[in-house]
Amino acid sequence: MSELARLGLVEARARLRRREISAVELTRACLEAMERGRHLNAFITETPDRALAMAEAADARLARGAGGLLEGLPVAVKDLFCTAGVRTTAGSKILANFVPPYESTVTARLWAEGAVLLGKTNLDEFAMGSSNTTSAFGPVINPWTPPGREPPLVPGGSSGGSAAAVAGFLCPAATGTDTGGSIRQPASFCGIVGIKPTYGRCSRFGIVAFASSLDQAGAFARSVEDAALLLQAMAGFDPKDGTSADLPVPDWSGGLSGRVKGLRIGIPREYRLDGMPAEIEALWAKGADWLRAQGAELVEVSLPHTRYALPTYYIVAPAEASSNLARYDGMRYGLRVPGRDLVDTYKRTRGAGFGAEVRRRILIGTYVLSAGYYDAYYLKAQKVRRKIVQDFEAAFTRCDALLTPTAPSAAFAIGEKSDDPVSMYLNDVFTVTVNLAGLPGISVPAGVSASGLPLGLQVIGRPWDEATILDVARALEEAAAFRALPPGAPEA
Amino acid sequence: MSLDRATVARVADLARIAVPEEQLEPLVAELAGILSWVEQLAEVDTEGVEPLRSVHPIRRAWRPDEVADGNCREAILANAPEREDGFFVVPRVVE
Repeated sequence: MSELARLGLVEARARLRRREISAVELTRACLEAMERGRHLNAFITETPDRALAMAEAADARLARGAGGLLEGLPVAVKDLFCTAGVRTTAGSKILANFVPPYESTVTARLWAEGAVLLGKTNLDEFAMGSSNTTSAFGPVINPWTPPGREPPLVPGGSSGGSAAAVAGFLCPAATGTDTGGSIRQPASFCGIVGIKPTYGRCSRFGIVAFASSLDQAGAFARSVEDAALLLQAMAGFDPKDGTSADLPVPDWSGGLSGRVKGLRIGIPREYRLDGMPAEIEALWAKGADWLRAQGAELVEVSLPHTRYALPTYYIVAPAEASSNLARYDGMRYGLRVPGRDLVDTYKRTRGAGFGAEVRRRILIGTYVLSAGYYDAYYLKAQKVRRKIVQDFEAAFTRCDALLTPTAPSAAFAIGEKSDDPVSMYLNDVFTVTVNLAGLPGISVPAGVSASGLPLGLQVIGRPWDEATILDVARALEEAAAFRALPPGAPEA
Repeated sequence: MSLDRATVARVADLARIAVPEEQLEPLVAELAGILSWVEQLAEVDTEGVEPLRSVHPIRRAWRPDEVADGNCREAILANAPEREDGFFVVPRVVE
């Protein structure tokens, strides 16, 4: 494949600014890679015409010596961000033909900084899933799938298309969203970097809502510095989102040092699970050694309510989802399946439009919010959620960041864990706590499993302290020197 | 608590989702499995704990009460499943 499709954001940016390459050339290289990589099913909608027009405009700005933070850099966007005039499906049949008349704030920021839209990536339906197998547009294939393996491996989820597209060199970077681990777990499964910032950093305006108190946008890239650059362009205050934080966005990209000397890194004792694969435990220990060798101080900390995080999440998230998804009634947009009367039309529309996992979560949410059960489930979960937040507050009095595995396993095969919803939910055991507490978290590829599949380590930070986790992640990246390439990646 | 078929049918009705008869039974088992798993939260002592509704204390800013947009009927109707004369067409609501 073209050498251009291998470039990361920071490197491509430097070459664009030196006028060694053009945005159109770079965009064409990605569009060709996307075409060759179609078997991965990473994209729901490709936007080649729009991409080339945006690239031409970027070249014109670059020629004038102008241009934003991402001028001329092609990116993919999870199909959960509304893009004006470009179909946005949320991976659902109910929105299969929805063309938003408005733009999400995060994507508007990207275009204002000169980025080029390559297309909209596949995802679990309404971002509900950990394997990208609940998409109405078919599963995504992990580019790390060994040739000939059937069934192929999942990329993780819910942002599986974004992760596969970046890992498979179809694009240098992509946006994602993370409600319980939907950026970090696929990043781990696909051997790339994925960062979810503090809740409130990125505007949720124009992102199809799943669980509003947990949803947060973030970035995928093949290096920490690239992820920092993309996130920097995405973040910032937005009056259109009542939970958006009115705080300046630091220069994460320029400020990235990778220095961990003197930092205290916490190892949460409760993340050592019974039955955790030895190779994950070993990689975690190795990560701690790498940081110690670079001058960090390792401290053991306790997060005693960790085991209650997933059950808490599976009350809070479905409850919020059942409320958010009530808007899909077939009246003003989306699918409509006519029935005998109004209520029957609602029921048929929603029965036909939602897939099995989304239906399951809406029903759980409706149940836990229904009269007589609200206190026992929803209110109880909100109280336990506070205990989880307090655990982190106590831990952060003793350390500056936490180091944990990202996921309890490497990528599994399509169809595995699909019989039992709870076994699928357990994928997010290390990531979901971060959403419940609204903290920033990042996954960095740190090694491979016995079968040669990527494994990530997660760094968790204090609220608003993305800078520290980026530095720790950079230090891990340097020490891990992860150079393995997926067999599914196009040849150089 | 044990979940039965009637309860799941009632919840599906509340959620306005048509569930085919033959899918009801497997759904009862799945939902019961999830609920019995989340019920382990009962072990946690939450006496006197204030429920958490928002992770960060966010000061809601006041803004002037001014019209910010409008005159976008075409954009609003663009995705309508059915439309007529600049209106949405919906099933009869009042008998």
